[in-house]
Amino acid sequence: MITAWRESTEVVPETKRAQGVVCSLQGVSKNYGTVHALKNVRLAIRAGELVALLGPNGAGKTTAVKLLLGLASPSAGQVSVFGGNPAQPEVRMRIGAMLQVAKVPETLRVREHLDLFSSYYLNPMPMDEVVAAAGLEQIKDRRFGELSGGQRQRVLFALAICGNPDIVFLDEPTVGLDVEARRMLWEQIRKLVSGGKTILLTTHYLQEADALADRVIVINQGQIIAEGTPAEIKAQTSGKKIRCVSQLPIEVVRAFPGVLEVKVDREAIEIKAKNAEIVVHELLLRDASLSGLEVTSAGLEEAFLALTQSNH
Amino acid sequence: MATSEATLTMTPMRPMGKTLALYVKEARYEFLKYLRLPVYSLSTVLFPVMFYVLFGLVMNRQGTINGISVATYLLGTYGTFGVMGASLFANGAGVAAERGLGWMQVKRASPMPPFANFLAKFVVSMIFSSIIELSLLVLGIAFGGVHIDPITALKLVGTLVLGAVPFCSLGLAIGFFAGPNSAPAVVNMIYLPLSFLSGLWVPVDMLPKFLQHIATGLPPYHLSQLALNLIGYGHGGSFWYHWEFLLGFMFISLGVARIGFQRDEKMYG
Repeated sequence: MITAWRESTEVVPETKRAQGVVCSLQGVSKNYGTVHALKNVRLAIRAGELVALLGPNGAGKTTAVKLLLGLASPSAGQVSVFGGNPAQPEVRMRIGAMLQVAKVPETLRVREHLDLFSSYYLNPMPMDEVVAAAGLEQIKDRRFGELSGGQRQRVLFALAICGNPDIVFLDEPTVGLDVEARRMLWEQIRKLVSGGKTILLTTHYLQEADALADRVIVINQGQIIAEGTPAEIKAQTSGKKIRCVSQLPIEVVRAFPGVLEVKVDREAIEIKAKNAEIVVHELLLRDASLSGLEVTSAGLEEAFLALTQSNH
Repeated sequence: MATSEATLTMTPMRPMGKTLALYVKEARYEFLKYLRLPVYSLSTVLFPVMFYVLFGLVMNRQGTINGISVATYLLGTYGTFGVMGASLFANGAGVAAERGLGWMQVKRASPMPPFANFLAKFVVSMIFSSIIELSLLVLGIAFGGVHIDPITALKLVGTLVLGAVPFCSLGLAIGFFAGPNSAPAVVNMIYLPLSFLSGLWVPVDMLPKFLQHIATGLPPYHLSQLALNLIGYGHGGSFWYHWEFLLGFMFISLGVARIGFQRDEKMYG
């Protein structure tokens, strides 16, 4: 089972990179009136990979998903899913989608929702399998209105996979979930990938993209600003963050080799550097009273911030 | 796995049997959804029934309108009133909520044929319409001294249930233009004045002359006349004249709903 090791991995096995392009946006722009939600976006998802579309709120992630689902048509460019138009019923038979929904009919039971959605597809998963895959055993006879936020998301997830689709679009699947519920959904998403499904996931949780994705596409203000494995994205910005309490004046620290940025944070200073070792060596050499030393690697969070800010 | 092929191998369309099962399921769950929603199921049935009991059975026991029993007359007008409520709320408020709060997008992203969803909503409105008219009939016969032969009763129910379709269409048109929160208010603002002006509360002959002229231009008037003609109290306008009016109204409403359906894609999509 591909589970725990992917949690923190920075390596993507080559075998996961199948060749066939399942869906793509080719130079796609989408305008809502004067708002440019997407500007000349090119992206392609290959069979069997899990791609995370990462960006802040309003970046255009949901718009991209809606275009790929055929819920909206592009203002320019071409959308292709399984070589066709996603609005075609034959294409939709092979697509599953989990969208952000404010309200689902609350008086129907979970299994009734599943029963109905399964009937839309030609070869749906057996009900028991869907229930197991989404962890709904305890709640399948409850009405949707009685469910907690995490349970609701799991039901929406189940609706996305019940038709046994080849590609699954998950639009912010874990938004608003607590840590445990999020982990559970991650587990279920991983199982889908190991079962051979292709997944496009949008998120503004950087940790989520890091934990799940084979490939991350960073989007901001309707444009793709970076693309690569989580490791490659991280590598696009400087590597380490050093925090310590020191007597040294900031100007002195700023002059150390490899230092990118220094700022004062309460009693401590925070240093961003390409190479932690050289800087730490200098610090210790010049300030015997130095204390509270911490070295952390710049997370995807920093990478993401740097990427989106440099684009303004 | 099928995922390895990137191009679209033509998926065969649904066989007839599966399609039929899908349509039946869609309607069944739509019905359950509303049946379990007391704000809909109770209020759409209770309001016309309550009015009928109050004005037809309690207050005007020996009353006549143009020499005919009030309890019988009101079967046609409160029946029409009930049909309108069941149709406008399920399709107007229902669609606006599902549309505005994202559920309809989930359904549209699935391979569900959109027609199945609309048909289900229409069928549910028609089922509730028949429940309303049957309740009125039972109450009228049991407590209001209504005499009606079974064939006429059947025709009456049938007419009103078919008459639900134009109002379902109007409901769809409202549902595709109103916001999720304002839709119930919009429906009421159309439903209540239209009912009064069409003579569903006060018999049309008792309305001032200029209001009577307005009534002949309103769809509920025509449905109530079809019902009243059956029980012998109508103005006697021809069967086809009233149906043609209702059909025209239905097509206009569906046209408007279609514009809204297509606009949704551009605005929200």
